[in-house]
Amino acid sequence: MTTAAPSHEAMADPLAGAGHAPATEGRRIARALLRDRGAVLSTVFLGLVVLMAICAPLISAITGHGPNDFDPAAVDTNLGGLPRGSLGGVSADHLFGVEPQNGRDILARIAYGARVSFLIAISATVLTTLLGVVLGLLAGFYQGWVDQVISRIMDFLMAFPALIFMIAILSSLPTGDRSVLLVTVITVFGWPYLARVVRGQTLTLVNREFVEAARASGASTGAIVFKEILPNLRNSLIVMTTLAVPGYIGTEAGLSFLGVGVTPPTPSWGQMISSAVSWYATDPMYFAVPGLFLFLTVLSLTVLGDRIRAASDAGEAS
Amino acid sequence: MSELLVVEDLTVTFPTSRGPVDVVKDVSFAVGRNETVGIVGESGSGKSMTSLAVMGLLPPGATTRGSIRLDGAELLGRPDREMRRVRGEQASMIFQDPLSSLNPYYTVGLQIEEMYRAHRRCSRKEARAVVVEALTQVGIPEPERRAGYYPHQFSGGQRQRVMIAMALVCSPALLIADEPTTALDVTVQAQILGLLAGLQRETGTGMVFVTHDLAVISSIATRVLVMCRGEQVEYGDAEQVFAAPRHDYTRMLLESIPRIDDEVVL
Amino acid sequence: MARYVAGRLAGLVVLLLLVCVFTYLIFFKLSPDPALMICGKTCTPDRVAQIRASLGLDKPFLTQLGDYLSGLVVGRDYGSGPNLVRCPAPCLGYSFQSSQSVTQMIVDRLPVSATVAVGAAVLWLIIGIAAGLLSAVKEGSWWDRTAMGLALGGASIPNYVLALTLQYVLVVKLQILPFPSAVPFSEDPLLWFQSYLMPWLVLATGYACLYARLTRANVIDTLAQNFMRTARSKGLSPALTMRRHALRPALTPIVTIFGMDFAALLGGALITETVFGLNGIGKMAADSIAKNDQPVIMAVTLLAAFFVMAGNVVVDLLYTGLDPRVRVS
Repeated sequence: MTTAAPSHEAMADPLAGAGHAPATEGRRIARALLRDRGAVLSTVFLGLVVLMAICAPLISAITGHGPNDFDPAAVDTNLGGLPRGSLGGVSADHLFGVEPQNGRDILARIAYGARVSFLIAISATVLTTLLGVVLGLLAGFYQGWVDQVISRIMDFLMAFPALIFMIAILSSLPTGDRSVLLVTVITVFGWPYLARVVRGQTLTLVNREFVEAARASGASTGAIVFKEILPNLRNSLIVMTTLAVPGYIGTEAGLSFLGVGVTPPTPSWGQMISSAVSWYATDPMYFAVPGLFLFLTVLSLTVLGDRIRAASDAGEAS
Repeated sequence: MSELLVVEDLTVTFPTSRGPVDVVKDVSFAVGRNETVGIVGESGSGKSMTSLAVMGLLPPGATTRGSIRLDGAELLGRPDREMRRVRGEQASMIFQDPLSSLNPYYTVGLQIEEMYRAHRRCSRKEARAVVVEALTQVGIPEPERRAGYYPHQFSGGQRQRVMIAMALVCSPALLIADEPTTALDVTVQAQILGLLAGLQRETGTGMVFVTHDLAVISSIATRVLVMCRGEQVEYGDAEQVFAAPRHDYTRMLLESIPRIDDEVVL
Repeated sequence: MARYVAGRLAGLVVLLLLVCVFTYLIFFKLSPDPALMICGKTCTPDRVAQIRASLGLDKPFLTQLGDYLSGLVVGRDYGSGPNLVRCPAPCLGYSFQSSQSVTQMIVDRLPVSATVAVGAAVLWLIIGIAAGLLSAVKEGSWWDRTAMGLALGGASIPNYVLALTLQYVLVVKLQILPFPSAVPFSEDPLLWFQSYLMPWLVLATGYACLYARLTRANVIDTLAQNFMRTARSKGLSPALTMRRHALRPALTPIVTIFGMDFAALLGGALITETVFGLNGIGKMAADSIAKNDQPVIMAVTLLAAFFVMAGNVVVDLLYTGLDPRVRVS
């Protein structure tokens, strides 16, 4: 198993290594990604989805359909509210069709749903990374009882049946701001997975020659952490966070799918799929559109994370 | 003297992104029965590739030219199925790091036994008896019990003894030792060298001893091949090469080592 | 060894106790009052108090927790006098919704979850490991690139999306499978198989993709080890070299991961069971959560935690048997 070991330059020259190596390293990884068709396609797709999320109000303004605007003309009440026209009501007016019964525009809901999904996933990633890095560093750097306490908490949280527990908590909590609740719950159960890796790498790093050299030369704890240890964790952190975002997008969608996530009428992809369940036989487009967006977004982020890891591993091997 | 192993104009070529590269170029040497020939050079000099070429264990993609004859029979160009009968039976090899060279999941007894049974038709019981004998021969105490131990339960020197027992279990005519003492302490190093020399006297095995350490070579080899960047820079009688090196590279190697006592020779 | 096992089991009990207290605390403090929910719309304060008393909710928190824990270990009695109900150990209480014994509910539904988990596990182990092995041996080949591309894709499909897609294609469009229902094997083996096939496929897809990638990485790692060179230098056949020397080191770490994944699944495949309407532990969890049936939620959480932790212990013990280097003396 190749864990992100510090590069040899950093070992030979601790002070210069921290300052200069990352920049060229970042450029090298970017070059490797540009040459990879999968990585480029993923980036393009993600760019489009993010653009769509940012421009959601603009899209609504152009098409004239807000995410919660009913369009009774687009559905056929004689058919139990199925969308008029083929493919779930796809037309020039409704590019991705409409929802059955109420005729809400799916494009608008996908765009607004992307905002919710990304906002929750990115906030949860930032928070888990912060918590994971701080607690993992503390455990790995100070060891002793600090490590014992943090490690036991991690064991406890990781042994928990997180999904059931998240659902149970979310269902019993009063319906307030669901997004904040979701981020909180995901963070509480998510940080140990990152902290465990950070702790392990910090443990090996603090015993390395260049950290000992820095310590011997009288560097402060803060200087050692920020100049010697954090730069060496950078690569694995980038990989872990890139892979955490699709994981959390999936978790949010799953929780919303199970009815304990984002509450209607706020759209989210998982919740759109959830409400499509009873229609899957008669109106497959209703779940196909959000399902495909969710799948492609998760896939793109996973491919990107995978390629970044491959590129940074290749850099360490050389 | 009838030669056991004759290598003539051996060239090993690797494909790289910048075109084919010769990692071994026109190397020729010979090993007699009951003789030790040293191959010396720095890392990357092609000495390990030369020994892997003799065993037919080069990485996939490598191509060879020239000739390698063992007991008069050509080895180069033989299909892997036939080389398998040569490996272990006629020529075997020990490596630098005995810990990583032994499979951590199996007892040393089983690892020796499977080699014996790959070449000899016999029952497991007979094979076990051979294993115990082989372990006794290399000086492992309590061999019956120790055969059931895993590699990590031995010390570094003992692990290399196990490797030697394994390499010699089928009484091969040729033993290739690739830096067998480099990973060991100096005292353990001397013990292993003594063991190898003693076993060689008993069995009459020809030995190729690959090392970067000239001091070690001077104590056990009769002939020496000095390699530098894949090329043979010097080859000849060990005493002559050490007394009057003809090449600057050999002189440099000689000067770079502190002399150690020759008491290692038994 | 015995001391090690005893230590691990003690740790298991302590952790389980912690989960118990933690879960109880959260539900006790956060959940809406179940008495109000049971009582319904036409409710008087007297009636609420009566229900609270019968559920034991009027007692202080620690007493309730103590009752719950002792019920788990030695059983407990509900009510009094002629209405006394004996709940034998392990007592998990009675459902607020159906008044059934929660222990009995779990016993009834566990076979469904186990069937789902075992079938899926067999599928994903076979497919994942075979695909990973082939990819590793033919590293960089057409097969390797295709399989690994598919593995990335398969791991990215949320399982409810896959479930709905399969259901639409196989049941609605092609009509080659019936809608899943938990038919016992003894009743109709063919229908049993057809019913469980989709849940198995849905659950196995993600795991198979993950295991294919893991297996590939481990095998490639192992093939580059020095002991593989030794095995070849001994003149062993390639088949023996691969089977004995490469597979065991490469697959042993996968046992750990498999143990954990499988244990987690035994606690109920929540989403898959819900989508396919299979009445297992997962669906029971989802239903009880929707109806705020606290005793059932508690029980399901505890059961899942128990499986995960017990799986952890079993895997560690198994590992000491499989990898001689971690064997404890």
